Amino acid sequence: MATATQSKLHVTDLHFRRRKIADRLAFIALSACAGITVFMLLIILSYIFYKGATQIDWNFLTALPKPAGEPGGGIRNALIGSVIIVALASLMAMPIGIGTAIFLNEFPSFWVGRAIRFLADVLTAVPSIVVGLAVYTLVVRPMGSFSGFSGSVAYAFIMIPIIIITAQEALRLVPSNLREASLALGVPRWRTILMIVLPVSSRALLTGLILAVARALGETAPMLFTSFGNAFGNVNISKPTATVPVVIYRYATGPYDDWHSQAWAAAFILVGVILLASIITRFVIRSKFDE
Amino acid sequence: MNKRDDQVNNEGTATEERSLPHRRVHLHSEHQQQGEQKPADMPISISIQGLNAYYGKFRAVKNITLDIKAKQVTSVIGPSGCGKSTMLRCLNRMHEETQNGRTDGKVLLDDEDIYDKRVDPVAVRRKIGMVFQKPNPFPTMSVFDNVVAGFKLNRFWVNKSELADRVELALKQASLWDEVKDKLNQSGMALSGGQQQRLCIARTLAVEPEVVLMDEPCSALDPVATLKIEDLIRQLTSKYTIVIVTHNMQQAARVSDWTTFLLMGDDRAGELIEYGETKQLFTNPKDERTEAYITGRFG
Ligand SMILES: Nc1ncnc2c1ncn2[C@@H]1O[C@H](COP(=O)(O)OP(=O)(O)OP(=O)(O)O)[C@@H](O)[C@H]1O
Ligand SMILES: [Mg+2]
Repeated sequence: MATATQSKLHVTDLHFRRRKIADRLAFIALSACAGITVFMLLIILSYIFYKGATQIDWNFLTALPKPAGEPGGGIRNALIGSVIIVALASLMAMPIGIGTAIFLNEFPSFWVGRAIRFLADVLTAVPSIVVGLAVYTLVVRPMGSFSGFSGSVAYAFIMIPIIIITAQEALRLVPSNLREASLALGVPRWRTILMIVLPVSSRALLTGLILAVARALGETAPMLFTSFGNAFGNVNISKPTATVPVVIYRYATGPYDDWHSQAWAAAFILVGVILLASIITRFVIRSKFDE
Repeated sequence: MNKRDDQVNNEGTATEERSLPHRRVHLHSEHQQQGEQKPADMPISISIQGLNAYYGKFRAVKNITLDIKAKQVTSVIGPSGCGKSTMLRCLNRMHEETQNGRTDGKVLLDDEDIYDKRVDPVAVRRKIGMVFQKPNPFPTMSVFDNVVAGFKLNRFWVNKSELADRVELALKQASLWDEVKDKLNQSGMALSGGQQQRLCIARTLAVEPEVVLMDEPCSALDPVATLKIEDLIRQLTSKYTIVIVTHNMQQAARVSDWTTFLLMGDDRAGELIEYGETKQLFTNPKDERTEAYITGRFG
């Protein structure tokens, strides 16, 4: 009895051994791929940290740039510029993006809806420099000058498709029985959307917005055509405005060592903010979801 | 009807049942035993005339003609998939919210066709409320806000003290006030399943409808919560016309005055087989298919 059982459980034929080796090899290969990814990411992040974090002090965050060649100075103008431009872009992109997502959700079979969704997918893949060029032609030229406003329009272009796609997903996940419950109470459709559907999906919508902001914040190319840059602390959106990515680009390609280290510091701040945004969407918003 | 005590014992809830002081399930059978006849010419609330309901090309409900008596409980029974829910959703124009949902025929509420082109479905739904199978309080709202959601969301301006009165009234009507009066600001999701369902009933009543449609309102609840809802339905019938879809024939026998039996025809469309006073339909069905169904021979 005992030997019979043993011979059944301890299969030691060639196939079995070969399969085991193949398993092991596949595991090693896949781990190596994952390892390389993590390694590259860590290298980049730690290099930015090493080069950037050491340069940051209060003065760097709060001072205006010094004239070219003079050491010291900060990037207050670029920080404020980026915040203003992204905030204004969010104000434009949020209603348009969420409104479109609501439209797509309300009329799912309407061909226009499907066409818009396709367009949104395509738009996410349009290189940002093309967006910059378009906004330059449509906004900067007619207005006659580079401006923070045109930068916001460019950012909004980049953000809208991301918001549409994430918002559509968020709205689709709202249980249909809540919608029905509201409609059955005699609440008009538009009010059902506003008071029931949107609040239920608010966290997911916020996640989408943060993702879109994080994506836009780092875009450099369209800003070169639109907000351009400004060495002075400018809060007027009709004037050229400094942004963090453009400052990084200028300083990194400039001739002074001090500029180079400031570029690293600015890069560190930018990456930090985007990382923070990802963490917020990952953990803070997610955990509230589970409550 | 005497069978129900046995049945409750089988479900092992007899003790809990007796501990509920305001139990009134027997009330209904009592007044039937007093020999009170239900006149066939009672006032009619909803008159369904030649109603068909479709999902795209598929006809789910076929040529139903039926008068629903005012301030009475009418149950709708029949095997799964025979179109009970679909028929119910036609009565407050919720069917058209389903993709490809379409109807023809007439549904008169107090002699007015709710499918008339000039009628706003929103207005229909304020007159004919609906309670769903799964309790579905609005998750982002407190108990208080849930109750007045329908009332508030179809108005632009409301008076605070009026709201509070309305919440209290609706919760009392739904026999929920005592259990939640200290939790009005908590989330509606924090209540038990049975309480959530009564909250949904309160929410429907707060809009002051004439008719309340219920689609298997107890099927997600335990026996004790079920009995509470059944009590409640019997109480509400003094003010409201109630139409309740149920899978549970004992429940139909317990709560309803009138019963409608639907069955799928050969083309899988639900048809009305028999309609009559509950007692008569269960004790002395006219159609042999009804008899087969209520005696459990199929379905
Ligand atoms: N959204 C839908 N789209 C297409 N067909 C549907 C849809 N909902 C229901 N049906 C079909 O319509 C018919 C009637 O469904 P309905 O839900 O009204 O049955 P029911 O009697 O309520 O069943 P149950 O007792 O299981 O709830 C069924 O054949 C079902 O498959
Ligand atoms: Mg059903």
